[in-house]
Amino acid sequence: MSRHDYAPADPSRRHFLVVSGGVGLGLTLTLAEAQAGITARTAQPGEFIANAFVTIGPDGGVTVVVKHLEMGQGVATGLPVLVAEELEVDPALVRVEFAPADASRYNNLFWGPSQGTGGSTATANSWEQLRKAGAAAREMLIEAAARILKVERSGLTALNGGVVHIPTGRRLGYGELVGEAARLKAPENPPLKPHAEFRLIGRKGVKRTDSNDKVTGAAVYGLDIRLPGMVTAVVARPPVFGAKLKDVDRKAALRVPGVVAVLVISSGVAVVAQNFWAAKLGREVLKLEWSPPTTLVSTEALRRGWTELLSQPGAVARDQGAPEASLNSGERRVTAIYEAPYLAHAPMEPLNCVVRLSRTKCEIWAGCQFQSHDQAMAAKAAGLEPSQVEINTLYAGGSFGRRANPASDYIVEGVEIAKAVGLPVRLVWTREDDIAGGYYRPMFLHGFEAALDAGGLPLVWRHRLVGQSIMENGPFAAMIKNGIDPVSVEGAANLPYAIPHLRVELHSPKTPVPVLWWRSVGSSHTAFATECFLDELAQAGGRDPLDLRRALLAEQPRHLAVLELAAAKAGWGQALPAGKGRGLAVHESFHSVVAQVVDVAIGETGKIKVERVVCAVDCGIAVTPDVVVAQMEGGIAYALSAALFGEITLKDGAAQQSNFHDYRCLRMSEMPKIEVHILPSAAPPTGVGEPGVPPLAPALCNAIFAATGKRIRTLPIGDTV
Amino acid sequence: MISLIVNGERHKVDAAPHMPLLWVLRDLLGLGGTKYGCGQGLCGACTVLVDGEAMRACSIPVGDLNGRRVTTIQGLESPVGKAVQAAWVELDVAQCGYCQPGQIISAVALLRQKPKPSDADIDAAMDGNLCRCGTYQRIRAAIHLAARRLGGAS
Repeated sequence: MSRHDYAPADPSRRHFLVVSGGVGLGLTLTLAEAQAGITARTAQPGEFIANAFVTIGPDGGVTVVVKHLEMGQGVATGLPVLVAEELEVDPALVRVEFAPADASRYNNLFWGPSQGTGGSTATANSWEQLRKAGAAAREMLIEAAARILKVERSGLTALNGGVVHIPTGRRLGYGELVGEAARLKAPENPPLKPHAEFRLIGRKGVKRTDSNDKVTGAAVYGLDIRLPGMVTAVVARPPVFGAKLKDVDRKAALRVPGVVAVLVISSGVAVVAQNFWAAKLGREVLKLEWSPPTTLVSTEALRRGWTELLSQPGAVARDQGAPEASLNSGERRVTAIYEAPYLAHAPMEPLNCVVRLSRTKCEIWAGCQFQSHDQAMAAKAAGLEPSQVEINTLYAGGSFGRRANPASDYIVEGVEIAKAVGLPVRLVWTREDDIAGGYYRPMFLHGFEAALDAGGLPLVWRHRLVGQSIMENGPFAAMIKNGIDPVSVEGAANLPYAIPHLRVELHSPKTPVPVLWWRSVGSSHTAFATECFLDELAQAGGRDPLDLRRALLAEQPRHLAVLELAAAKAGWGQALPAGKGRGLAVHESFHSVVAQVVDVAIGETGKIKVERVVCAVDCGIAVTPDVVVAQMEGGIAYALSAALFGEITLKDGAAQQSNFHDYRCLRMSEMPKIEVHILPSAAPPTGVGEPGVPPLAPALCNAIFAATGKRIRTLPIGDTV
Repeated sequence: MISLIVNGERHKVDAAPHMPLLWVLRDLLGLGGTKYGCGQGLCGACTVLVDGEAMRACSIPVGDLNGRRVTTIQGLESPVGKAVQAAWVELDVAQCGYCQPGQIISAVALLRQKPKPSDADIDAAMDGNLCRCGTYQRIRAAIHLAARRLGGAS
């Protein structure tokens, strides 16, 4: 039985996930269906709304509201499991519904009064909230059963979608209890199960709730929404970063059959048409004049300027001991410069949204990641109050951080176009718009100076970073303290190794290129630099890379545990044939610790073949271990793609890459065998979506060194060495 | 007017002949299961079967398809198609899911040609289908599983 079997009988309120799943070919939403999809949960006859997350129908069907964006990371599975565990229902029978934008009920508890997904927080911030939501509903259903059966509560237990009276064996299904339960007051602190009684949390074999929809084409993404009278828009944005629009000649574009309007909006010029193809053809013949900025940004110029900065002191992110005074007192000095490039997120689904505007309401359909912020930005663009903006969060075809944009760029564009054209609008970014459009993972340079003691152990570690601040613009600017953007130095300032003299400094130069969080944010480059440089120190000190880490991590039991587990499973220390190498790295991000061991084979022509990655993760309790394994696999593939090929280079003010032919991504034949081992833990859950990424690049570079003796200090590596 | 058979149904489409099949399917016929990823035949998200052969719908002008038979993810009714979809569900292959319609169509075309594909066959047949979530390991396992279920025992 699928969760669709619990679709309520009244079609006027069926969520369109259900509608589309049931109808099969029904991706064209009728008005009523589209409106049904955005309905926030309101009481229906006979329905028991236990709280903001749990509703039970008279048929016993359970609906769980998921407040986070499902972008592949599995929240539409893991979050319902938290409810199902306490509510004593089969998660396969739970109907999943995405929450409306409403920070009063659906805020991210780690972010304060704001609804949004990011920082690998979805499960961690929901851990107590959703178990309590399930437990509160369960307690009310038990109380309802006690009243109906006129028995003591102590003889009742919730089991498999019903309440059972143990002495008599009598059972009432939840559907039979909803009327009575709806009259009860919700308990504030319902008892939660002890871990030993978990039957779902931490168990393998819990299936994803979205697999069926995603293999039949029924899953609805932003691009699949079609409203009556809807038009499609593409936008011509500045050809170089920092350029301003000077003049528009609309004539040729307006002659393209199907084009209905050409509009100037704040980000550029929108071409609006009856369908995407006409809009794209219209944009191709649009004649625009731009005023270029005074300087045209280029990677070469940035690298030159930033290399100079590496020789100057920066803002201090960490200072311990007397690093400068001690640099010359060691036995041996080691220096190196590492470089990580700009990266595009390139989710498979290009950015898009659908907007319908009236004088009193703005409706948005999107794979929305920052609901509260996007709501406020859309309201501003529409000239409405945030409460008048309804956001219908749909499945996102990946994000990796791109949809969590403080500028709400694609949302604001959609609203501006809808306002100007007076029709429901679907805004589509092409792949070229995505790759060349900025909001990249920032380029970073890392300069290291270290000294070793007589035993080959690091005595001094001085690390200078140069790269743009992500947080300096927008609502997160207040988090910058003493010139330190915390996400620029995460993974560097909290280096886990016991080194007596340690200093981490940061320069945050400005460029016209907008930057953004990219899966694992600062750790995506700090892990690469620090874990590769530590490998250099092991080599310089004549120590095995694993032994050196053991010596420096005595006070870090979680790091040690994953490192030992990954090393043991990978057979660390066993001899490898010529041309093969093994490297390791360990890194903490989003409160999880991950170690990876990479096996690489170098072919006759220097061709790199990544053969195997062994991964060990401590993410606290793994709520749905199968999802954790999938996220480690996915994080490794995403990181490997970037380590081998990922690079946005800038020349004459613009990105030199535009689509997957020159922004190369990992393909099937390049995928290594991946083994994932989860450390048993009873601690609350920590991040999972991002922490699989950081250790991959350094473990790979260290493996290439082991195989070839060649140090990789600049990413991407390329396919040969 | 261009005449097409899509998922077994005959359609007369009023489109410019240069309009790619992808946008005919999505914007004119309302078949959103076939996805736009790159528009240049580089990512495979739009893969459909044209007379049984896997092709990139974003790069085929609809004018070239008069009278041809197109099968999309929303019309996979064959035993091979069903077996592939079932294997995908059994192994929970999908993450974001956006590329999977194209992956599944490519896998169906592969299994029709080679009921017992080797890993090298899978590499060759599937290298044109990008997945940014990195589900390749599970896609490979699911293709082998579907092949076994269909009696090919790969």
